Amino acid sequence: MSITSVICPSASDAARVLASNNRARFFGGGTLLMRSINEGDQSFDTIVRINDPIMMQIQNAGRQLIIGAGVTMSGLLSNRDAQFLASAARSVGGPAIRNMATVGGNLFAPSPYGDFTTALIALDGIATLADGSTVPLADFLLKRKNDHTSIVTQISVNRPNSADEFHFLKVSRVKPKGIAVMTFAACLPRQGGRLQNVRVAAGAMAPTPVRMVSVEQALEGQGLDAGTIEAAVGVVSHDLAAPTDAIATSWYRAEVAPVHLRRLLIGASGHTGGY
Amino acid sequence: MTKVPVQITLNGKERSVFVEAGQNLLDTLRRSLGDLTPKYGCGQGTCGCCSVVIDGQIRLSCLTLAESVDGSVIETVAGIGDGAQLHALQTAFITHFAAQCGFCTTGMLMSAKNLLDNNPSPTREDVVEAISGNICRCTGYEAIINAILDVAAQGGSGRQLS
Ligand SMILES: Cc1cc2nc3c(=O)[nH]c(=O)nc-3n(C[C@H](O)[C@H](O)[C@H](O)COP(=O)(O)OP(=O)(O)OC[C@H]3O[C@@H](n4cnc5c(N)ncnc54)[C@H](O)[C@@H]3O)c2cc1C
Ligand code: FES
Ligand code: FES
Repeated sequence: MSITSVICPSASDAARVLASNNRARFFGGGTLLMRSINEGDQSFDTIVRINDPIMMQIQNAGRQLIIGAGVTMSGLLSNRDAQFLASAARSVGGPAIRNMATVGGNLFAPSPYGDFTTALIALDGIATLADGSTVPLADFLLKRKNDHTSIVTQISVNRPNSADEFHFLKVSRVKPKGIAVMTFAACLPRQGGRLQNVRVAAGAMAPTPVRMVSVEQALEGQGLDAGTIEAAVGVVSHDLAAPTDAIATSWYRAEVAPVHLRRLLIGASGHTGGY
Repeated sequence: MTKVPVQITLNGKERSVFVEAGQNLLDTLRRSLGDLTPKYGCGQGTCGCCSVVIDGQIRLSCLTLAESVDGSVIETVAGIGDGAQLHALQTAFITHFAAQCGFCTTGMLMSAKNLLDNNPSPTREDVVEAISGNICRCTGYEAIINAILDVAAQGGSGRQLS
């Protein structure tokens, strides 16, 4: 395949190129796009890269952390302000993949990929697009188009108030590096012992990472005790449409999802011995 | 077909090469620059045979866009020894029988060297993590892990063992 490579000074220039050429693809870290090129994928013939420093920065903005879409997983791991995302960043691939894989590319990685995105959803992630508009990540993913024209420049997330507020669990068959059977992320703020503004997300359990609204409702306003955990685990299937792929069948995923969500919630409750 | 000029420092030597748009670095190293030490295993990022160090970071050359490395410093196994003198890791791989068919070995060595360059006293867990992107179908990994830990115990990656 003959490829044309275009470098643009900014995301808006790159968005214009993508809008005018449906055989053009935005190139992030290339861990998925180079695979396609190596395979001889004929669905595109142009790659568009940009040199926009804003996409490479991690910025503190009060309660929020703004992450450039071009930041790699290892870039996040080495950033002091992003340590609450370390477990999620470390779960992506092996060391070489983490040096290349970008946060922006993870939003578009097909299931069962998208582990990091699952964490971003649970932290109320908001995507900024090349035209400056913003959209909640969970909505963006639901409407994620395959037209390849939207470029995400930044993702902002709410920083957890404390380290024990955010929890991430990736279940894979191969350790330490394996593709997800499923991934859960939960942000569980508490006020006066009761859960407030709960967010729970799942990866590899639907076509894209999703928010688990029924689980959130079962947890909201409750204390994180055995009864609440069982109520939340009991509705786990409401939010999910587990796929069958090379890693696991839909049936297997649905069977074990309650087990792993329960583990995450028991861990979050601080009852190390379990209920 | 568009060709793009790329200048790199490969194992300490300045090299200039024209690459095709969309070409991966593994092809450039093997076909255009004649460095056959990075291997083509899968072209998909899954085997780690093509691992090289780019600007101090371990990367997969099969997934690296060649034109994106213009100005970079690249290290491959071809550059880790000193002429006939093997690098300490290469010697340890021999003494620990850490290579059988040898196809994964150059990638393993680069992942191991990059680990020891950044962390001279790794734990066993650190070593397992560092080579987690490198698949070996022959050795069962134990010999490789022991070889790397042995080099670390003897003072790190830079020292040549005789
Ligand atoms: C061996 C291997 C292991 C992997 N393991 C994991 C894993 O454990 N977990 C996981 O989640 N993923 C995994 N991946 C998938 C992938 O590496 C990651 O999802 C990564 O974050 C993708 O980012 P990228 O920058 O490399 O994407 P690219 O390959 O550059 O792009 C992927 C897609 O996203 C689009 N895109 C990229 N950036 C943007 C942007 N800013 N705006 C709009 N569109 C954009 C591209 O056009 C393309 O369609 C693995 C991949 C490999 C090869
Ligand atoms: S050839 Fe690059 S990872 Fe297999
Ligand atoms: S020695 Fe044969 S694959 Fe590792």
